[in-house]
Amino acid sequence: MVALSRFDDNPCHARHFKPPPCAPVIRGTAAEEALETGRTRVLVTAALFVLLFAVIAGRLFDVMILGGGIEAPRAGQRPIPLPSRAPIVDREGRLVATSLKGVALYADPREIRHPADVARELARALPGASPEHFAQELSQSGTFVWLKRFLSPREEARVNDLGVPGLDFLPAERRFYPYGPLLAHAVGYVNIDDKGLAGVEGGLNRDLLGRRQPLQLSIDVRLQYILHHELRRVAQEFTAKAAAGLIMNVNTGEILALVSLPDFDPNHLDAPDPDFPKATLKDRLFDRATLGSYEIGSIFKVFTMAMALDSGTVTMASRFDATNPIHIGGFTITDYHGKHRPLSVPEIFAYSSNIGAAKIALACGARLQQEYLRRFGLLTQPTLELPEVGSPHYPRDWRPINVMTIAFGNGISDTLLQLARAASALVNGGILRPATLLKVPPGYAPQGRRVISEETSLRIRKLLRLVVEYGTGQFAEAPGYVVGGKTGTAERVERGAYARHSLRSSFLGVFPMEDPQYLILTMFDQPHGNKKSHGFATAGWVAAPATRRIVERIAPLLGVAPVDEKSPAVAGALAIASLKGKGIAPY
Amino acid sequence: MKFARVDRSPIALWWWTVDRWSLFALAVLMALGVLLSLAASPAVALRIGFPAFYFVRRQLEVLPLSAAAMFVVSLQTPRMVRRIAVIGFALSLLLLALTLVIGLEVKGARRWIDLPYFTLQPSEFFKPTFAVLAAWLFAEQKLHPKFPGNIIAVLLLVVSVAILLRQPDFGTAVLVAVVWFAQFFLAGLGWYWVAAGALVGVLGLVGAYDWSPHVRVRINEFLHPTAADSYQVNQSIAAFIHGGLWGQGPGEGTVKYFLPDAHADFVFAVAGEELGLIACLLIVALFAFVVLRGLSRLVQESNLFILLAATGLLAEFGLQATINMATTLRLIPAKGMTLPFLSYGGSSLLAMGLGMGMLLALTRRRLAGGPL
Repeated sequence: MVALSRFDDNPCHARHFKPPPCAPVIRGTAAEEALETGRTRVLVTAALFVLLFAVIAGRLFDVMILGGGIEAPRAGQRPIPLPSRAPIVDREGRLVATSLKGVALYADPREIRHPADVARELARALPGASPEHFAQELSQSGTFVWLKRFLSPREEARVNDLGVPGLDFLPAERRFYPYGPLLAHAVGYVNIDDKGLAGVEGGLNRDLLGRRQPLQLSIDVRLQYILHHELRRVAQEFTAKAAAGLIMNVNTGEILALVSLPDFDPNHLDAPDPDFPKATLKDRLFDRATLGSYEIGSIFKVFTMAMALDSGTVTMASRFDATNPIHIGGFTITDYHGKHRPLSVPEIFAYSSNIGAAKIALACGARLQQEYLRRFGLLTQPTLELPEVGSPHYPRDWRPINVMTIAFGNGISDTLLQLARAASALVNGGILRPATLLKVPPGYAPQGRRVISEETSLRIRKLLRLVVEYGTGQFAEAPGYVVGGKTGTAERVERGAYARHSLRSSFLGVFPMEDPQYLILTMFDQPHGNKKSHGFATAGWVAAPATRRIVERIAPLLGVAPVDEKSPAVAGALAIASLKGKGIAPY
Repeated sequence: MKFARVDRSPIALWWWTVDRWSLFALAVLMALGVLLSLAASPAVALRIGFPAFYFVRRQLEVLPLSAAAMFVVSLQTPRMVRRIAVIGFALSLLLLALTLVIGLEVKGARRWIDLPYFTLQPSEFFKPTFAVLAAWLFAEQKLHPKFPGNIIAVLLLVVSVAILLRQPDFGTAVLVAVVWFAQFFLAGLGWYWVAAGALVGVLGLVGAYDWSPHVRVRINEFLHPTAADSYQVNQSIAAFIHGGLWGQGPGEGTVKYFLPDAHADFVFAVAGEELGLIACLLIVALFAFVVLRGLSRLVQESNLFILLAATGLLAEFGLQATINMATTLRLIPAKGMTLPFLSYGGSSLLAMGLGMGMLLALTRRRLAGGPL
């Protein structure tokens, strides 16, 4: 206060402070120099501060007027983040799998005061869930429990409206399959953490996670529906235990439809298949079209024929005696549709003579047979964009008995996928291409390799057509669509032996035979004969008529116009020269 | 207020000698602080489960104390200010050291001491008192070369920075060191030493990046703003952008609801969103005014201690403001530092009142040249 009281006693003190002229200034002392330096450096400090504040002001202008060159999301305009898993569409762009954005509901049980009340309220807000389930979760001792892994925005709002503290949400996604069970085995499904486990979802899991564009399949939902529907219908009609089938474009290897029954709804794996109520989950998840390998029976004769004709071992005019059964090593090879006379090559095929096929294979020999089967891809595991791809089974020692039984499709098992792919090569001019579930761009055929000559391919077409015209596959004839095909009825192996009345009936169908485009391979497991089929459950009565209906339903969708089979252009192209213009005796 | 020029009462003397323009600017800042806490803090209070106006009430309780502290301290003589600073420094250094032992751990740092009714952040009181003490030490060294002022100042700096880094409070440590260095610079530090000091500072920053995971995370967040952890600064920028030229209007902000520290370190972003660019520039101008006016008056100062002490207090005030604003504008990595008088925070408000009170006391008009 002493200093203060002196203030205004100084006569030099001005209204506005100026450097005091009358102050006792002693120049040249160390203290005075230090003061002088300090004053100068205050100016430096002030200049730095001017700079700092100017930068702040400039930055304010930059951010608030020019947006700062920063892509900060504007309030209220946050972009909706894309789902982390790409959608899947069919070949026409129809959505078959997509990810929905929602939330997952969890709780911290410590914060829930009245678990029983909360559980009751939650069960009311979330239909389809039991209060007991919630009560059990909420009474756990941890700090985190999932209550429901996916809530729609509406459900989220309802839970929010409960206003219960301790409940909270996390962003979540759920895979949704609009067609339900229709594409079950082709598209597959994901687990609760959105990881693809089966089908294309499993096989291309990583690609689906990385991409933004939808993944386009070769599947056509319409054809898929028809195949699915017919297989179901026929399986019901003949009370078959299971069925499978696929439709393939023979020129590109694209799979247009792929069905395995019983199947599942990828949205609810636990829901039973209504047509196969006894099927277990494991049974329903099993892909019989690509994973299961089967002895396909007489369909395999088409490969025997291709081998024999392509290697020049036989010609269409060659004859083999099918009068008597063959006895070898304790086995007897007989003909189911026995004619008990020498048969020409076309007759052997059309009447599905096991004796004839065995003799043809024997004429070719084991080495040639192995070489051709390997060439057709029937001895190796094929590739496909899903994890469920089965391997073939064949004898390690390829003895004459094996040569003969393999000639008519016993003693070797392959997947439907492999058989369809190999058969495609036999009819498309001789080029084997990889099968694919992804769409091949129009006008483009994937790289393939020649497995038989074009001439052999033409002969195979003629033989296939003959089967439907006169042979075992007559019920597959769809008027106007020039169907060719081959039946295959195999006795199922049960307890290590062939069971006489437990069959697997299959049909390989191709159309239109004058210019093959599409292949349909169907298989029914344990069909039972009925009144309409006169008690028969063989391929000609079960699978062949199914193929006819499938052809009649899909041909218009595929843009295949019916033709007159009797016209010289069609009939002439498929006529077998050695038959000299006549057919063969109808089977 | 009206006082006759011939009035010799302490209040009247104070009124005629104090820097009324700075006083006015500080008062405006305090008022703005209340206004912004009304806008910013209910969002935060509700989010963490307090009554909506909890922080507003606390701010209104502490603000008069802060203003009173500023007024009472500004009545004191420079000699008295120095005593207050020395005592305050001793106390705050003790408490600062205590934080390492009994500190309250919040978000991984021990910066607070839990007292009944409130928590105290000693580092806030440490900053202004240390600035005044350091000024005295530097000035004494100049005036009485035998007095080891510089050595003591260096030792005190090392000890206090070490404690601050242990907390860890890297931002405050940097601020204290920079202010100290500025004072040393003003006290006539040779240019070689200035260069050496700057080098040590840069090496210190690099070292901090290497040794301290906390600092590394903050700097990485700054360098890679898309990383999820820079959420708060990204929201802050979004708030500024949302505000635009004129702002959304008081209380109309929406981004503030997604700004965890809207009431404290990021109150400037709320000002940006609700009041707009013009108001933000005004706030910047107020801070700049206080700092630059103070410094410009010091050019004519004839007492070395006052020159150094006032510069230290102004530098601390100005740097704290610019660092805070630069953080909210993503010019520098995030630092836990309040915006003087605008941010919520009891210790910060009180310490700012104390610091500005000392500044006002030191810059009152006096008879020049004499001893204090």
